[in-house]
Parts: sequence; C-alpha cells; structure tokens
Amino acid sequence: MQSDAIKKLIALREVGTGLLLIGVVLAALAKNPHFLDPKNLNSILLWIPLLVVVGMGQMLVILTRGIDVSVGSTMGVAGIVVGMLFRDHPGLNIFLGAGIGIAIGCLLGAINGGLIAWAKVPPIIATLGTLSAYRGLAFIVCKGEQIDSNNIPESLTDWTLKGPISISGITFSWLMVWASVVAIIVAYFLKSSRTGRDIYALGSHPEAARLRGIPVPKVTFLVYSVCGALAGLAGVLYASRYGFVNPGTAGQGFELTVIAAVVIGGTNVLGGSGTVLGVLLGCVLLGTINVALAVLGIDAAWQMLVYGLVILIALTVDSYLQRFLRKMDVRN
Amino acid sequence: MAFGGAEVLKGVDIDLFPGEVHGIIGENGAGKSTLGKLIAGVYRPTGGKLTIQGDTCTLGSPRQALDLGIALIHQEPLTFPDLDVAENIFVGRQPKDRFGQIDWSSMYVHAAELLNSIGVKLNPRSKVRGLGVADQQMIELAAALSQKARVLILDETTASLTPKEVAELFAIVRRLRDEGCAVVFVSHRLDEIFEICDRITILRDGEKVGERIPKDSSVPEIVRMMVGREVDEVLRHGGVCSEPVVLQVKDLCLTGVFSNINLSVRKGEIVGMAGLVGAGRTEVARAIFGITPPTSGEILIQNSACDINNPRQAMQAGLALVPEDRQHHGLLLPSSIAENASLAILRSLTKGGLVSGKQIESNAEEYKSKLQIALRSVGQPVKDLSGGNQQKVVLSKWLLTQPKVLILDEPTRGVDVGAKAEVHRLMRELAETGLGILMISSDLQEVLSVSDRILVMREGRVVREFQAQEATQENVMLAATGQEAHAV
Amino acid sequence: MRKLLGRTELVPAGLLVLAFIAGAMQSKYFLDVRYLLDSSTLYVETGLLAIGMTFVIISGNIDLSVASMTALVACVSAKLMASGWSMPAGCAAGLGLGLVLGGFNGIMVAKVKLPSFVVTLATMAVYRGIAQVLLGAESVKLPTSFIGLDMQHLPGHIPVPLVVLLTVALILAIVLHRSLFGRWVIALGTNEEASYYAGLPTSTVKISVFCLSGLLAAVAALMMNSRLGVARFDDARGLELDAITAVVLGGASIFGGKGTMLGTVLALFLVAVIRIGMGVANVKAEYQLAVIGTLLVIAILAGNLSSKMTAKR
Repeated sequence: MQSDAIKKLIALREVGTGLLLIGVVLAALAKNPHFLDPKNLNSILLWIPLLVVVGMGQMLVILTRGIDVSVGSTMGVAGIVVGMLFRDHPGLNIFLGAGIGIAIGCLLGAINGGLIAWAKVPPIIATLGTLSAYRGLAFIVCKGEQIDSNNIPESLTDWTLKGPISISGITFSWLMVWASVVAIIVAYFLKSSRTGRDIYALGSHPEAARLRGIPVPKVTFLVYSVCGALAGLAGVLYASRYGFVNPGTAGQGFELTVIAAVVIGGTNVLGGSGTVLGVLLGCVLLGTINVALAVLGIDAAWQMLVYGLVILIALTVDSYLQRFLRKMDVRN
Repeated sequence: MAFGGAEVLKGVDIDLFPGEVHGIIGENGAGKSTLGKLIAGVYRPTGGKLTIQGDTCTLGSPRQALDLGIALIHQEPLTFPDLDVAENIFVGRQPKDRFGQIDWSSMYVHAAELLNSIGVKLNPRSKVRGLGVADQQMIELAAALSQKARVLILDETTASLTPKEVAELFAIVRRLRDEGCAVVFVSHRLDEIFEICDRITILRDGEKVGERIPKDSSVPEIVRMMVGREVDEVLRHGGVCSEPVVLQVKDLCLTGVFSNINLSVRKGEIVGMAGLVGAGRTEVARAIFGITPPTSGEILIQNSACDINNPRQAMQAGLALVPEDRQHHGLLLPSSIAENASLAILRSLTKGGLVSGKQIESNAEEYKSKLQIALRSVGQPVKDLSGGNQQKVVLSKWLLTQPKVLILDEPTRGVDVGAKAEVHRLMRELAETGLGILMISSDLQEVLSVSDRILVMREGRVVREFQAQEATQENVMLAATGQEAHAV
Repeated sequence: MRKLLGRTELVPAGLLVLAFIAGAMQSKYFLDVRYLLDSSTLYVETGLLAIGMTFVIISGNIDLSVASMTALVACVSAKLMASGWSMPAGCAAGLGLGLVLGGFNGIMVAKVKLPSFVVTLATMAVYRGIAQVLLGAESVKLPTSFIGLDMQHLPGHIPVPLVVLLTVALILAIVLHRSLFGRWVIALGTNEEASYYAGLPTSTVKISVFCLSGLLAAVAALMMNSRLGVARFDDARGLELDAITAVVLGGASIFGGKGTMLGTVLALFLVAVIRIGMGVANVKAEYQLAVIGTLLVIAILAGNLSSKMTAKR
C-alpha cells in the first residue's frame, strides 16, 4: 500500500514540473500574447535538442550519485576538432564528422570515468579539473583560432534549418530528430538492458550493488564515457546550430543549464531514481524559460541566476520529499 | 570444499557437503562472519584455498562467487530501495528474451513463483522502499534461490526475525538442504544451531576449535568449546537496590518504533536490557540520548524533567552513551587516543578560545592507567588498537564528562574474551562509585552475569522485568521471544 | 626527524623550490625580489579564498561558490560606495553580505541536508547571476580614496595585501590547529556521526565553516575592488579552481578530517609562482587554466595514492 503512495508522490513530482512549465508559458503569454508564435516555438525547438543530448548523459551520471561538470568543455573540444576537420577537408562526410565528435567526447569522458572509477577521485573534483583542462585543450588544438561559418559545411547547418516535418511554419528540425533518437536509445537502454538496470541499482545502494555482483567500477566508467560521448555529439550539433565554433565560448557554462534540466526533471542528486521522460520535461521547461526570458524582454543577464535558482528549488523540494519517504520507511 | 584463511582467521579448514546444513558458531568476534564473507568472495583471503567439487578456485569478487553458485545472505539486508521486488531478486541476472532485452513480464512471473514457493506474500511490482527487514531478507533468499545456489550462507540471518519468521526461514532452509544445497548457518544462538544444523564448526578467536555432530554433542560441550573454559555460574550481584533513582523514563514513545517505555535506573545499579535484535532497544537508547528524539514521553534525571533533543543536551543533563557501532558512531578512527578521549569535553578544556593540548594528554594518561588501556602512546591513532582497547577509549571519553547515567549498547561486541571480562569488571567498579548503568546486550550470558535487574523488550515494548536472582537463560529468552505464555 | 619527513607540507614545499628553480632558469625576473613581491598582490585574493576553503574541505565539504561570492560582494559594495555610502559603511555591508551568502550555503548543507557540491554549484550560478542582474555589462568605479591598497608598502617593499594575507593565515592557523572551533571542524570532517554522538554542535560548526568562507570571500572582494578600482560581475571568475587546487596540493584530504594551514599557504605560493612563471612566459589564460585543472587532478591522485601506501603499511 505504501508503495502506491510512493508512486503517487513521484508522479506528483513530475506533475509539479509540468505545472511549472504551464506557469511559465502562461506568464509569458500574459506579458506577450505572441509568445507561442511559430517564430518563438521554433526557437524553443532549437534550444531543446542540445540540452536533451547532453542531459541524457548527465542523467546517467547523476543516477550513479555522480556529477560531470566537464560536459561544456568536452562539447568545446569535440566541436573544435570536428570544425577543423571540416575546414581542412571540405568534402568530409558529415556523419563521419559526427562519429569523430562522438569518439573524441567518449575519450574525454573515459578519462573522467577512469579517474572516478578506479583512481577514486570524487566526481566533482575530477570533472572540475577536467572542465579547465579540456577548455585549455580546445585552445591548444586550434591554436586559439575560431572555426568560422564559411568552414562549416552547409549540409551540417541544414540539420538546424531543415527537418523532416514542417507544419504551418513550425519546423521539427533534424537536430530534434537526433535528440529524439538519443533519448529513445537511452530510455531503451535504461529499461531493457542489464547494464541500464545496474546503473539504477548502483545509485540506489552502492555497497549492495558491489555485494550483489554488479561490476561497480566498470559501470561507473561506462556512464562517464557515455556522458562524454553524448557531449561530443552535442559539440557537433553546436556547430550545426550556431554555424561557428569558438574555442572559448562553445559549450561554456552549458553544464549548469544541463544540470538544472536534469534535476528539475526529477533525477535525484543522491542517486537511484530519475526517468528519461522527466529529464525531457526538464529540458522543455528550461528551453521554454530561456526563450520566455528573451520574449519578455528580460535581460540575458538573468539566465545564470534563473538556472541556479531552478537547481536550488528542485534540490530543496526533492530533499523534503526524500525525507518524507524515509519517514515512511521507519513507520513500516 | 576445503578452505583455510589467516590473520583474523587462523588456518581454518571446513568441509561443506551437499544436502547438509553446516553451523558455524562462536562468540562475538570469533570470526564467524568473516569466514562466511571469505567463502562468498566479499573479502579476499591472505592465504589458503577453496576447492569446489575438486576444482581449486580463487575468489576475487562477490560476482565470481555468485557465478560459482555461492550466495550470501547478509545480516543487514542489502536491497535496492528504488527498485521493485522482482528486480531486487534478479538484479544483474534479469531474464532476457530472444532479442537480448530484459523480459519484464517473465521476470515478474518468475518472481511471483519464487516468492510463492517460499510462502512470501509480496507484490513483485512494488518498490522495496518501506519494506520491513524480514521481507527484505526473504527477497535476498529468493535471489539466492533464483540462481540455484549450490552453497548458501546465512550470516546471522535470524538476528532480527520474530520466532514465527524464523520458523518459516527454517522450513525453507530444510527444503533447500533436501534439494541438495549446502547451507552454511552462521549464528551465535545455540538453540537455533541445534535445531537446524547437521554438523557444527566451532570457532574461537579466529581458530577452529572443533567440529561436532549435534546429536552426539550437548549444549554445555559446545559452550565450553566456544568460551574455552567452563562457564562458571556467574557472580551475580542482585540484592534490591535502594539508592535514589538517577534516570527515570516515563511513557516514552517513538511512532512506529517503540511505545510506552517506562524504566528507571538507580544510583549504582546496573540494569540489563535483553531482547532480540530489532526489539527496539537500541532505538530506546538513541531516543533517551536525543539522537532520534522521542515523539512523546518524559525523561527525568535525578527527578528533574529534561528536555533532550540532541546528544549535547543529553550530555549536559548527565547522560552518556557508548554506542553499538563503535567504528562509525563512537570513534574518530584516524585521530589519536588523546583526541578521542577528550572529544566530548573539549569545551571545558578551552581557555580564551584555545584548547589546552597538555590537558588533553594528561586526561588521556589518567584514563589510560585507570582503565588499563594497552597502548604505546596517547598520540597513537585509535584505529591501531584492538577492539577491547578501542572500547575503553570510548568509555574514557564518556567518563571524562562525569555522567550520572551511562548507557552501554552492546559494550562487548567485537571485543575478545579476555577484554570482555575486563569490561564487565570495569562496569561493576563504575557502578560502585555511584554511576547508574543501563546496558543493552544481545549476549544473554552477559546480561545475566553483570545486571542487578533485567528488562526484556519485545516488539517495541518492555514486556518483563526480572530481579537478577529470578532470571535464567530460559525465562529471559522466552520473554524476549514472546513464548512465555505457552511455557508457563 | 622522521616526524618532519612524514609531514604532508613537504610536498608543496619541495615543489615550490623546484618551481622557483625552473622559473629562475627561464627568466631573470624570478630573482628580482621586488618583482615577486609586487606580483604577489595578484594572488592575495585567491589566498584568502583558499584559507576559507581549507576549513570547508577539512570539514568534509566543498565550496564552489567562493569566487561568485567575491564577485557579488565586490559589485554590491562598489555600488553602495558609488552611491555615496562611506567607506567603512560600504566595507561593513560587504562583509555582512559575505556572511549571509556563506550562511545560506551552510544552512542548505546543514539543515536541508543537501550535498555541499550541488548546493554550492547552484549558488555559484545564483550569486554571480545576482551580480550580473545588478550590474549587467557595466563596471562600477570605486571612490579614488578606496583605490590602491596594493600599492601601499611596509618598509622593505613588502606590500600591504601580502601582510593582510599572512596575518589572516596566521590567525586562522591558530584557530584551526589550537582552538575549540578548529578541533570541532577536524572532528566533523573525520567522522560526522561520531562527532554528533559526542555532543558536538555539528550543524552550527558546518554553518560557521561556510560563513567563514563567505566572510573571507568578502575580504577578498574588498581588496580586489581596491586593487582594480572598478567592480564587474565577472570579477574573480574561476578563482574557486585555484583555491581548491591550493588546498588539495597543500595536503588536505578531499574526504575531510585532514589538512594544515601551512600546507595551504605553501601550496598557494606554489600556484602563484606557477602562474607568475606562466605569465612571464606569456602563456595564454586558457592554457594556464588547463595547467591548474590538471594540477588539481594530479594532486588528488597523488594524495589518494599516498594514503593507500600508508594504509598498506
């Protein structure tokens, strides 16, 4: 019976995020009736894919009680390297380019994973270190030169501008398609593979996971590698979305937006619980907030404050929810 | 299967046969659990070998042990609160369909069958968060069954179960044995060992002292082997204490944990608290000491009511608690003996904001000789000391606060036999100086030998009180298990 | 002698000497005491943050928001002074604000019981976000009377900020290693549960540690304002990395319970010398960041390795 109550509470948590989303939309509509115009909807739809791609990886990490703040820098490195390849080899197949971006991200993520899984460096410290190290790497690779828009192949920017579906001026871009593919694969992986379930088990009770025979270091390593790989893919998508890659700004500070989306989406920072659907909802919410700020004429200066507040609010709500659940533990 | 370990365990060999329940018995700290964990790959042995059906194996991880069909059920259930019951059973080995993906529906069906077969009424789809200890242990047992374990190790599994639950567990164990499984039953409860085991290995101080067949042996013989000496009918104190009451607890309740606890401790009196693990004794101690404040009730110290919401207030009121889990709750393991001893009274060693290092050392030196702590220097880290000496450091810490009432939770857990007697002697001496002592212990022998008065708790209530003279192993145990009525 | 060799400060001290030799081989500036002393004023603010961080890390927590607190206090106090508040009042308000910001972190960690890394990750954004909302892209000028503390010298060409840093370090070294509070912090970081069972006011200690970190961030903010003469929302960006690196290089355990003020100060000078060296060699800011980030990871790796070795013995 108490199990039903728990399910209800968790469902309530997602409803809360949904209500917040509706609230933001209504507030924006009140101020500006044109908020849901195709132009704005399109810009929301363009905002979401990068967030989803990186958010999926970040979610896996947070499920294991970890965190990866180096994702923004990883995006930068992957974006720069792939951009340079396009610059130097204009004929390069864009899917091959994307593949290379994923591989680079995976490698950088694997370094994080190795440090955390085997060298036992706390995740926040390891990735704080690599946040700076990878950012520097982005500069070293391109010698500080930006990849300009004329170096990005048109077929890549078309991922942003065009899409398979376009209804009354609203384009469901290829970026959105790739992001959906990533979300579906991650959801499938979490639900239907043993490794996916191991991730939940590991975050739920690490000691029990070890004693029940789950290869904890391997799973940890895998999770950070996947997170890096997805950040690498996001680097390529960044090049498509913005049409240029600057070693200093590409992905800079993106970790904050992503973490905000993941935790507001109901992923528990103490590990073990979180759903792809929740994170998607979080990404939509963050994307909407972002565009709403612009539409409402609120200065871009508010962005960082809003992300930080979103994280704080989500954490506080979750903390009290967890405490409530634990109390029920004692009662039974 | 042959096995020989070292260090904590010294050259222990045991043979397990299919279709046999093999008991491992010994006092606290004898190495029973360590042996179980070595066989299950949790710890790596420093020496010795493991042979399964003629093949020598080395175990590096619990995974390898599981793959070989060796499963361990821990004393503390190890389940995943965020996963549902079925997944907790199958974690890491979920059934797959022909596409290699997890077959959830067949997993739920299997889980329901398994749970049914051991007579557990649990919905495979409900989350494990919020389930009781017994249910969680049944889930672990179902997990072991699901992998067709050839060797099943039960590590003090009965410690927190009610007699009814123990009976159910034993039925399952017998069935497994009849199906050809080798069961290792680790326990310190003689009655259970005699009831279920076909063969008993007795451990003492990490060494195997013998192997017996229950029907050819007797309780006194096994006890003698465990303790290494004849158990003397122990020096009882007894005698009705007429000193004033120092601690009085009235109608103490903690919702869902214990209710209407009434007890009193007199000056110079040792009150023993017996009961099964999970009866709520530790929780009562924690509530009195303000760690988890009670929902209602009164605590009086020397007849004045005290409002205690945290350990600091408890300490100021004249209480002291030596907790059960010494390593996590009692000590700063990497810190020095002196630092540990003075931790609770640092405030009083402070002058003008600075702590006197000299006083810290002299305090430690004083208690080193008072309690006869064996150490090289008071600057030595506590983690280098033996269990008994560590316990004495915890005691020094609390005695330095000059308490009126000392609460001891399992004071001799993980303490070797010699040091145990010394701790008992210390307790008696402390009582004679006028300290009131409330001692929680699962070691019945200990409760009987040192207490002046004995309280028995069961399922969150104090169910019986004995004067030392009227208490025996039997009547205390019967009260603790709730079978008193049948016996009388 | 063995006791001396076993001290963790030996590592940063040795590295410091090495860094000096390397620097001196590279540039003659390194042997110019006046140049070094003048350069040191650039690292005083980082130093103050590192001193606060030493307490936070020893207590078993982390404070990623220090640089953001510095930026916010710098902006607010500059704005107040620009709007006519007197210098002492502006400074007092800044210090008070630092306490409040740190206190908020502390309450979220101690009372709401959230892990410090997520709390301070969020407040890192929130605090700098507030600064950005307040000032936007503009920079606020400080009254001329407030500017130039870094140009003041004591006899012997010793810059005043360096004196401030060393004085604060000395006082807080005594607090950490000799006072009741310091012992409580170390006990808390060693074993929080056991500290609570022993009657220590663990929540209060935690909140105080974060308050101290906020207060020192505020002091750093005031000194930064005086040095730069203007305040901007992106002041002190990334300084948390240097501060954490210094503390960890100085031998403090990232898991809490272990660390010394001397170690932090030595490691701080090491970080400063490396930065000065890279500055002299014209290494770009981003590369410098990469070097510090790598240094942080290596310092932790080395720490973990050495504790494993000693555990084996």
